[in-house]
Amino acid sequence: MADAVMDGAAIDGGETPLRVGGFTLTSRLVVGTGKYASYAEMARCLEASGTDCVTVAVRRERLLNAAGENILDHLDVSRYTLLPNTAGCFSATDAVRVARLGRELLRDLGNAGSEWVKLEVLGDQKTLLPDPVGTLEATEQLVADGFTVLVYTSDDPIIARRLKDLGAASVMPAGSPIGSGQGILNANSLSICLEYLKDGDPEYPVIVDAGVGTASDVAAAMELGVDGVLLNTAIAHAAAPLRMARAMRAACAAGRDAFLAGRIPRKRYAMASSPETDRIHSASAPTV
Amino acid sequence: MTLSEAKQEIVVTVNGEPHRLVEGGTAHDLLVAIGLDGRPVAVEVNEVVVPRASLPECVLRQDDQLEIVTLVGGG
Repeated sequence: MADAVMDGAAIDGGETPLRVGGFTLTSRLVVGTGKYASYAEMARCLEASGTDCVTVAVRRERLLNAAGENILDHLDVSRYTLLPNTAGCFSATDAVRVARLGRELLRDLGNAGSEWVKLEVLGDQKTLLPDPVGTLEATEQLVADGFTVLVYTSDDPIIARRLKDLGAASVMPAGSPIGSGQGILNANSLSICLEYLKDGDPEYPVIVDAGVGTASDVAAAMELGVDGVLLNTAIAHAAAPLRMARAMRAACAAGRDAFLAGRIPRKRYAMASSPETDRIHSASAPTV
Repeated sequence: MTLSEAKQEIVVTVNGEPHRLVEGGTAHDLLVAIGLDGRPVAVEVNEVVVPRASLPECVLRQDDQLEIVTLVGGG
């Protein structure tokens, strides 16, 4: 048993794989592909993170530089399931268009990720917080269009529940604003999201999307009981991205194990670890 | 430009920029003309995705709005 706990499968984050809709992921980290200094560095970091699912964005082809490097030259699409996002969309209409374009791109590649989407409908350029109304609208349309929808949202439990009710395959609350590195700002709200989303449906996947700054943020999220963490900037903009990718992998596994192990309750006062009986003591010492 | 020449050319918008092509030309012809045939791109005409297999049958018309997109790094 001890060996089983120490083997690679356990290090990758747990006893069971993460299931989202019809997708099965062995790693509970989903890693973004943006903002690396080079595609080569990106590829090394993805490898070190242990992920098998990476997000990608859809953008206009630069017509004057069509012969230039494409991310697909550096991503092994037979190894990674790509998760196309609708990042940068500020309306449900645009998000649905981008999701459909992403599906077409991935179908052409023969990648399983063509049937799902990471939905973002943003409300504001400064905060990149989700527009809840647009997010609800786009979720409904994409579910009707057959997509497996993983939806970026705030940590509002009420909106989270509405998104699940509309058929989202995974609700993905932000820990803090995208790229801010502030970690999990409201663990209480996130815990309520988990309680609501998993009520009578304990396998429903909840993934923290956005806000991670360092490894302890990933561990903290996983310890709360989320099923996975999606991150990008915390690795890509670390001083040593490859080392941070490795740290994130370990933190994800540690947090998952700690959640499954079940933490002790917090207590106000101390409780001795060593036996309190059969102590030696001097006759002159005070009795406590 | 003479009238006869005007008949033979149309202007469509590709990723926000005007682009000329021969009347009757298809979305596939356009991809070839701009060197993107065979590249990992997806094409939308007037906000509707055109699957790759349908590009050769997709005849473009004056003022059509095209988006040609690819995958880039993102989170």
